Amino acid sequence: MARGAAKKTFLKPLGRDNPVFAQILGICSTLAVTGKLENTVVMCIGVIFVTTFSEGTLSLIRKWIPARIRMMVETLVIATFVIIVDIVLRAFYPDIWRQLGPYVGLIITNCIIMGRAEAFALNNPPGLSLIDGLASGLGYSYVLIVIAFFRELMGTGQLWGVQILGDWWTNWTIMVMPAGAFFMLAIFIWVVKGVFIQEEQHGK
Amino acid sequence: MENSMIPVAVFFAAVFTNNILLTNYLGMCSFLSVSKDLKASYGLGIAVTFVMATTSAINWAVYTFLLEPFNLEYLRFIVLIMVIAAFVQLVEMVIERVSESLYAALGIFLPLITVNCAILGVSLFMVIRDYDLITSFFFGLGSGLGWFLAILSMAGILQKLKKARIPRGLEGPGITLIITGIMAMAFMGFSGILTIG
Repeated sequence: MARGAAKKTFLKPLGRDNPVFAQILGICSTLAVTGKLENTVVMCIGVIFVTTFSEGTLSLIRKWIPARIRMMVETLVIATFVIIVDIVLRAFYPDIWRQLGPYVGLIITNCIIMGRAEAFALNNPPGLSLIDGLASGLGYSYVLIVIAFFRELMGTGQLWGVQILGDWWTNWTIMVMPAGAFFMLAIFIWVVKGVFIQEEQHGK
Repeated sequence: MENSMIPVAVFFAAVFTNNILLTNYLGMCSFLSVSKDLKASYGLGIAVTFVMATTSAINWAVYTFLLEPFNLEYLRFIVLIMVIAAFVQLVEMVIERVSESLYAALGIFLPLITVNCAILGVSLFMVIRDYDLITSFFFGLGSGLGWFLAILSMAGILQKLKKARIPRGLEGPGITLIITGIMAMAFMGFSGILTIG
């Protein structure tokens, strides 16, 4: 039973309940770094770390959090983990840290983390909350990694800084501009929703 | 550029060329959910502009006089977000006491603002770019107005779109994002007039 619940918790945010295309939550801070795949992956690892451990921590102390100031407590816990990510990045990957600029700090206001903490971590035991945090982080990350993949490939002809496409490729400058990120996300949502709609029609 | 002109330049750059929403992707969550409603967009826009301008000035003071002298820069995330949250709470209480009608119009938007990434984003940009007090204030004001402009035009466009036939998969956030992209392209036309970095 416990294993079944854990599996269900893990799979839910990866599929239909994905925070990005089900609710369009929390794209603010991370959409900005999808111009380069490398930055996106680093950022996503940061987000996964923060979601997992802040949900776990909040779930551990959930019985002692007064309901009235729970938002403050949530923000504090999340901010603590974001500071850890910030310090680690600054120490080991100073170049990437500089490129990410303020967006590492903006993980704090990422609505997904706060939303999952409110909706899940405050009502569930720590083990399940850890799994839910991990899965939400992963579900969120793969959408952004797909977007970053296409943006970097089409915008610069490179992947991870390595030239992939040959001379015949003309760079789509629009893809590295901010507008490209909006279009890519819209197309991604369109495709995913199209698949869901078809599934529903087949189901009937 | 003359020193006295910097705040003005930063102000216009924050509204047009470096629009916080269209070039920095900040404040998307509330933008996507609130822009369906023109009246609500108006209220939220005013609240965001006000809070952004004041918190960027307050956060500048807190950062310069509290964090820097004691080498506590690494605590900036916690401190800045706490200042914003406390300030929003304070404003809410003051408005409730002072004006019933203003509270009815703006009250529901204030809690939303604490989690608006754009507010914290403005404060973080200000720290990274080393602005002084006046510049920070104008940067916050300009970013707020820029966000206001973006959400208001989006709400207007979406109202016109209500009767349009949109592909089913694109309904809701999809079409909003596409329009945002087109708006971002339109705003790219301003680029080159001014730069801030």
